Amino acid sequence: MTLKAKILLAVAGLALAACTNPDRFGAGGAGGAGGTGGINGAVIPGSPNDPTSPAYFNQTIGDRVLFAVDQSTITDQGRVVLDGQATWLLTNTDFTAVIEGHADEQGTREYNVALGARRANAVREYLVSKGVAGNRLRTVSYGKERPIEICSNESCYAKNRRAVTVLAAGLTG
Amino acid sequence: MKMSGAVLSVVLAFGASQAAPVLAQTQGPLRIEITEGVIEPLPFALPVFEAETGDAGGLAAQISQVVSADLSGTGLFREIPSSAFISQVSSFAAPVQYADWKAINAQALITGAVSVQGNQVSVKFRLYDVFSGAELGDGLQFTGTADGWRRMAHKVSDAVYSRITGEGGYFDSRVVYVSETGGKDARQKRLAIMDYDGANVQYLTDSSAIVLAPRFSPDGGRVLYTSYETGFPRIYVLDVGSVQRREVASQDGTMSFAPRFAPDGQNIVFSLSQGGNTDIWAMNIGGGGATRLTSAPSIETAPSFSPDGSQIVFESDRSGSQQLYIMPAGGGEAQRISFGPGRYGTPVWSPRGDLIAFTKQNAGRFHIGVMRTDGSEERLLTASFLDEGPTWAPNGRVIMFTRETQGEGGRSSLYSVDISGRNLRPVRTPEGGSDPSWSPLLQ
Repeated sequence: MTLKAKILLAVAGLALAACTNPDRFGAGGAGGAGGTGGINGAVIPGSPNDPTSPAYFNQTIGDRVLFAVDQSTITDQGRVVLDGQATWLLTNTDFTAVIEGHADEQGTREYNVALGARRANAVREYLVSKGVAGNRLRTVSYGKERPIEICSNESCYAKNRRAVTVLAAGLTG
Repeated sequence: MKMSGAVLSVVLAFGASQAAPVLAQTQGPLRIEITEGVIEPLPFALPVFEAETGDAGGLAAQISQVVSADLSGTGLFREIPSSAFISQVSSFAAPVQYADWKAINAQALITGAVSVQGNQVSVKFRLYDVFSGAELGDGLQFTGTADGWRRMAHKVSDAVYSRITGEGGYFDSRVVYVSETGGKDARQKRLAIMDYDGANVQYLTDSSAIVLAPRFSPDGGRVLYTSYETGFPRIYVLDVGSVQRREVASQDGTMSFAPRFAPDGQNIVFSLSQGGNTDIWAMNIGGGGATRLTSAPSIETAPSFSPDGSQIVFESDRSGSQQLYIMPAGGGEAQRISFGPGRYGTPVWSPRGDLIAFTKQNAGRFHIGVMRTDGSEERLLTASFLDEGPTWAPNGRVIMFTRETQGEGGRSSLYSVDISGRNLRPVRTPEGGSDPSWSPLLQ
């Protein structure tokens, strides 16, 4: 491993600790959520209306995509979200991201870890195909360990079968 | 932490003839065939063990209670309450009044005595076949330190169980599992170890990171498990005695999980996810590189060795859904063995080598089941909203697994069931529990 790569990794490690969406297992919104608007059209820096902010990424673009049962194919709706994520990441190059893959509770533990890995990787590959540098994107799978919805029917399962792109403040953080 | 009662020294045969018990075991009526349909549990009488020294009364009562609970807990035996006894056993040495025990239909009589010398405890017992009017096997004595009294009780139970069933025992064993607190969206997990019956729970990790699926080494001294403590799933090995742990070598940018020991205790198999694809790898836990055993674009996970170490059973969705396969231990062509409706996962080879336990999902339900190693004679033992992750008792006759209840208050706990499907029982743990791994019989 080159020294440069080591430094990048070290930075990625720091950035992970400082991730910008600590609520990713819970309250994060998927696309279109409001947030406080500015007065007289002025944009409050860091708000969901500030296109350079992580809040904009998490809430206005949407930090997550959902999957069909047992599938890791990106849906049409998912592509719209990921196109927005890619554009944002290409503009805001100081950020890296960890893509977290998840499964619903219908499945055995090990299989769901593997399924979450497929989902996270599908998102990563899509973002890379849109020009985001692969070394800015890591993946992890939580399997069925971190559901955000807790009922045992499809309305909850559908939200738990997800991949969440968790931003981490990068070089200049 | 020390293995409690590691000082257990054993087994002085005393009294009784050599020939008679052997005869009784093969020809006498005091016999349970576990594989056959037992309708009625075998009634036994277990008078409270005699206190041979003045201060042994408390321990004698506790040991008697544990032996009784072990035997009754199998579902194969039923204790006759002492209120029904005609004879009282006042002395371990006194002759047995068989007629008095026949009269209350006690087929087996277990007598015992406990003595205490300083920190040393001795437990001896005899097993009588009441209807043959003879002792079954020799009396045995176990000696150990006072803190190991439960193990001595379990050893008595193992001997009684073995003599009557002809199978190895499983009571002097431990279970490592994941202890759980918190709701489904805030679950905290930590590793715990306990006696097979839920006694003596000790925690091996804190709950700062998700831990999954601990697996005992073949000698019970170490545990492999998966932890997210780096932020990514990685495999660790923990020494049960010292509670020291270390990460097993991993490749950067990958996830590794689902580890299991080979019967040699040196090699391990596990799953490694790379670029979204999960395959099975093997390595020596002492170091050195990992060898890839499967290379398909599908998910290959949950590997488990045959007891002779020559084969590995695992699950794969290469056919389009999760199914079970067997391949040579070094990799190579795999044979599919599961063909029923539904999906099959988490296969575990029986320590006897004859069966494979698995989790099955079909029509919205989960089952624990067993099948022969060629996939024939599939039997489902349980059914519920979510059962998964079987582990074998050391004698290959009982399975422990995780059951999770449905809905917002969903909670995981441990259950056990016979391979016949009988005797489904909760295993009591102080908190929720999942992912049990049953140790071999302790030494």
